Amino acid sequence: MNAVGSAQIWNGSIDILIVGEGIDRAAIHASKLDGVDKILKFDAPHLNHPLAEDVANIIFKIGREYSVIIAPHTWFSRNILPRAAALLDVSMISDVLEINEDNIYIRSTYAGNVHAKLKSDDPIQVLTVHSSKFKAVGLNGNAKIIDSTAPEALNLTRWEKEKKIESIRPPLINAKVVISGGRSLGSAEKFNEVLSPLADKLEAAIGATRAAVDAGYAPNEIQVGQTGVVVAPDLYIAIGVSGANQHIYGMKDSRVVVAINNDPDATIFKFADYGLVADLFEAVPEMATLVSKT
Amino acid sequence: MKILVAIKRVQDYNIKVRPKSDGSDVDLEGVKMGVNPFDENAIEEAIRLKEEGFASEIVGVSIGSSLSQDVLRQSLAMGVDRAILVEVEEVLQPLAVAKVLKKVVEKEKPDLILLGKLALDSDAGQTGQMLAGLLNCSQATFASSIEIKDGEVFITREVDGGTESIVTKTPTVLTADLRLNEPRFVKLPNLMMARKKPIETIKVDDLGVDVSSRINTISVSEPPPRKEGIKVKDVKELLQKLNDIEGLKI
Repeated sequence: MNAVGSAQIWNGSIDILIVGEGIDRAAIHASKLDGVDKILKFDAPHLNHPLAEDVANIIFKIGREYSVIIAPHTWFSRNILPRAAALLDVSMISDVLEINEDNIYIRSTYAGNVHAKLKSDDPIQVLTVHSSKFKAVGLNGNAKIIDSTAPEALNLTRWEKEKKIESIRPPLINAKVVISGGRSLGSAEKFNEVLSPLADKLEAAIGATRAAVDAGYAPNEIQVGQTGVVVAPDLYIAIGVSGANQHIYGMKDSRVVVAINNDPDATIFKFADYGLVADLFEAVPEMATLVSKT
Repeated sequence: MKILVAIKRVQDYNIKVRPKSDGSDVDLEGVKMGVNPFDENAIEEAIRLKEEGFASEIVGVSIGSSLSQDVLRQSLAMGVDRAILVEVEEVLQPLAVAKVLKKVVEKEKPDLILLGKLALDSDAGQTGQMLAGLLNCSQATFASSIEIKDGEVFITREVDGGTESIVTKTPTVLTADLRLNEPRFVKLPNLMMARKKPIETIKVDDLGVDVSSRINTISVSEPPPRKEGIKVKDVKELLQKLNDIEGLKI
């Protein structure tokens, strides 16, 4: 939805590519996105677990009809889009933060320490966008769904299995609220005991700092930072987090940041919109009790 | 099996790089440089595959100025057999790097091509996928585990919300995640011995590929600072402030 929002800057007509097997419902959902012309639906058994080789091949086949190809900066697109760009012999711009007229972009480099303003001269602009930086479009559209025939499977790679992180909570990567715990929580038991009730109330995903992961309080899958997951939720609550550089990299694009820490000099406060100097073992349960949302 | 590992020379991960005062580029004067951390994982994995008897030879390749010899020396000291430096003064963009690597692949004919999943400087994460596309071969990005069985390559890789396992046919391009392994420390005697291992130098012009930039940097700047936050006195005040934010309902 945000990627469609980012595409509107060009004022051209917008189509959506959707690949998979048995994707009628997804296609109907996509057809309701505002401002979209057509849904190009490639539905085939070999696309059940879409592989980079096959999806890039589809983009290659249809890509020359477009002047811009955009995807959100997810693991899925990061795998596919560079391959498609190379097949089309055009360059690509990753994780764009801002799109201006005349194909001028802003993206962050050097671990987020530098913002670069770039202009691309390629005939097809291929980019992934940092979703939280763009407005999502609404769901009042009525795009045409076009059934397209997928090219044959390339059979270069075989899909075996997947392991989804089983959780009652929303996935970290696109949660609206993220609560992260640091090493101050002291143990795996406390980590869960303190963070879970608040996460339940806020329907939040739980994240952890690298220090908390290294100490064995939380699994590596939920590590937020340069060596873990990069998140940008509407609300990020850092609990007992000191604010190491590599953690900041993973959450600095959050819309609102709250930090709770008993050390008034903790670095995390420099990146927080609202800081509360308090004992987290008292403040977090109190917060969980007082939050009205259920 | 033969393995090619691509290695990039980048700033040390502890260093905060800043723009030059005129905003024309970043200031790398005097900045400590080394092997891109993810490339280090790629090198380590190649060496392990050789130690386990799956690989016969490991070739390291870097693209850059003569300064990139130091990262190739480092890889040789870790256990890479020989190295190639494709010498070029200007900084190449991922598509150009992929085109250069394709030429090296055509010459060396490796079964596995290992790269880091991204480089700490440009943070693009494109080169491996682009190379696989240009070679029309299989790819497995963000690999956290690589195993070889009966000539096939089994990879566990990062996807949104978990991991997946896939099997690729060789030749295949693999990009390494930090979780793939723990790179070894290089001992001084190995560093000395690495001086005797060969580094072949190729001029980029001799490869006959178009390495021109398609993307021009207009300027670089420090990211806009976050608006200074406030301290609240207690949980009640915190919740009140959060409730006042438009579009944020808690």
